[in-house]
Amino acid sequence: MLLISGARVLDPASKTDATCDVLLDGEKIKEVQPAGKLAAPVGAEVFDASGLIVAPGFIDLHVHLREPGQESSETIETGTLAAARGGFTAVCSMPNTKPVNDNAAVTRFILDRAKVGGSVRVWPIGAASVGSQGEAIAEIAAMKEAGIVAVSDDGKPIATAKLARQVMDYCRSLDLPVIEHSEDVSLAAGAVMREGVTSTRLGLRGMPAAAESVCVARDMQLAELTGARVHVAHLSAKASLEQVRWAKSRGLRVSCEVTPHHFTLIDEDVEYDSKFKMNPPLGGRGDREALLAGLADGTVDAIATDHAPHEPALKDVEFDRAPFGILGFETALGLALQQLVESGRISLMRMVELFTTGPAQVLGIERKIAAGQPADLTVFSIDHPWTYQVKESPSKSRNSPFDGRAFKGAAVATIVAGRIVYKQ
Amino acid sequence: MSYNFRDLLALEPLTADELSFLLEQSKPFQVIQKNQLKKLATLRGKTVALAFFETSTRTRISFGAAASRLGADTMNLQAEASSLKKGETLLDTVFNLNAMKPDCLVMRHAASGAPHYVARHLDIPVVNAGDGTHEHPSQGLLDALTILDRLGTIKNLRVTILGDILHSRVARSNIHLLGKFGCKFTLCGPAMWVPRELEKIAPGTPIRCVYRMEEALEGADVIMMLRVQTERLNDPPLSPNDYVLLYQLNAERLRRASPHAIVLHPGPINRGIEITPEVADGPQSCVLEQVTNGVAVRMAILYLLISGATETSTHPALEVKSKESTNASD
Repeated sequence: MLLISGARVLDPASKTDATCDVLLDGEKIKEVQPAGKLAAPVGAEVFDASGLIVAPGFIDLHVHLREPGQESSETIETGTLAAARGGFTAVCSMPNTKPVNDNAAVTRFILDRAKVGGSVRVWPIGAASVGSQGEAIAEIAAMKEAGIVAVSDDGKPIATAKLARQVMDYCRSLDLPVIEHSEDVSLAAGAVMREGVTSTRLGLRGMPAAAESVCVARDMQLAELTGARVHVAHLSAKASLEQVRWAKSRGLRVSCEVTPHHFTLIDEDVEYDSKFKMNPPLGGRGDREALLAGLADGTVDAIATDHAPHEPALKDVEFDRAPFGILGFETALGLALQQLVESGRISLMRMVELFTTGPAQVLGIERKIAAGQPADLTVFSIDHPWTYQVKESPSKSRNSPFDGRAFKGAAVATIVAGRIVYKQ
Repeated sequence: MSYNFRDLLALEPLTADELSFLLEQSKPFQVIQKNQLKKLATLRGKTVALAFFETSTRTRISFGAAASRLGADTMNLQAEASSLKKGETLLDTVFNLNAMKPDCLVMRHAASGAPHYVARHLDIPVVNAGDGTHEHPSQGLLDALTILDRLGTIKNLRVTILGDILHSRVARSNIHLLGKFGCKFTLCGPAMWVPRELEKIAPGTPIRCVYRMEEALEGADVIMMLRVQTERLNDPPLSPNDYVLLYQLNAERLRRASPHAIVLHPGPINRGIEITPEVADGPQSCVLEQVTNGVAVRMAILYLLISGATETSTHPALEVKSKESTNASD
């Protein structure tokens, strides 16, 4: 048994914000009581969390763990170690591995590897189409039985509107969310950053914001046509957010996520450094403002990292040649505290929601601190100063634009199924 | 006045003073080009590595001539011969070149920013000889020198640039140089090559995008043509006939410009596409002077970066002149 004593418990589901003791028994939460009311049972370990915050375990809806197939960039073991350091208790791994997670055998492989070497829970996302090639629908039912939590052809959109419609119809019947990497690939072809004054000045090929929003519009209208649960991944453009807002106003079952780098950085930060290259690319000033507003007003449902490790040999090349993607786990909470809470944009409770109940709702699950619930908890501070040193990361890759950045507040302990998997 | 950078990667970050210094330093080398004896000993014993990761004829030859006229040796790496196709990274290729101990690296690369990336990892001067669709600093300098020769000033001119501005490194370098001397720019070409964002790439420099050539030429002092890259005509598919109809510079259209207007072109010229032979070979054209000035400008760049000379040092071209006159009296 583990008693977490004297913490400020922030639980969005019950709207609790109070100093409490939380007693864990095995993999479940046994009891939650106002501070001082719970005596530690004989033999229980006590974690004095006074001055710290205890929240439901953070969920990351969008990660790339690179296993199987690209283990030189990341493995389930190294990736989940980094996730634990970032305070995440569960991560949803995208299917664009080698081979693609488009069948139950690959799904089971991932889950087996996570059971053996994973620090946190790994919830695989299955491919929507075979090989994510956009032609035939993958074996989604078999993958669901094996344990996937959603489908996506992430890295690219479901290739055609027709197939997207069919996948949505099918997933509605299976009650699975469809996660869309919304991008008009013809508008984005060859581009390495967002189109705008900066791309024009730097002579780098840009994709317009419309490369994303045109496809979000398609996906929102298909959500209406099919009634499916449709979730927009890594939304980056103001116009895309307006499409989601429109869909929500019509009562559609749609949701979206925003990454910490999109709410922190803008295209003007790009200076031929491939650590600033990701897809979707960093947007303009107005996009970032819109994302911050969307995070505050509820249009955005979740913060997701799109953790995308690439080993230095692949990433440390000319900007044009570098693959898209950056690390995300260890800086997500620090950036959210800094950019969203400290700046006064949102409350601490709302931030916790974006890491917990928000993503949980997208997946159709519960997330709360109450007796009988899984003992997945994130313990963090909001005032501890620290500097991110990517060279100390357990990740196999080093592609972070936030190396050397100073933060206030970080994960102090990550608890998964009653076990402390990370403690500062 | 001085030039205090280790590298020459772009003209955008340079001040008017620094640019003037580079131009002033080029002038004595212009005289050298007219001498019988063009070779100096200034950089004897020094080596210039010429790494052209993208094919080039005139810029490579021009830098090669500049190096040898300064007495330096050159090492050549060309895209075809490079090991990049064998999977070596750019950085590994450059480190190998650098291990042969050159004193300066001149590089051209198809990726914008590649010289900036390489310079971050090297301890010798890096000269950008054209990076992707970003900048071509020596071209900007030689164009300015040519304008100075013909018009006597580079201040407060009306400059019109015609063609595929979006993909032009020549246009960007010219805007960043001449803009610092009060020049006003009119950019003109098919709309997909002349996006409105161009008006904001150099804060403080007046830049307007127009789509009618007649309007763009009105009152211009300098007309800069850009080569229509035939590969660009395929993406998007644009008919060469349409291009000629709307944007070819011919004698009749040229009359809309100021009477003393000059015509520049970085070459190679597509005769009969962006420019008529009549204009290309006419009295207002400066095409071949640009090429000659290219060698002078590149001599100045290599001299300054390799010798680390300052304003107070005696210019090598002047030294030689006095020697030559001594020889004459022998």
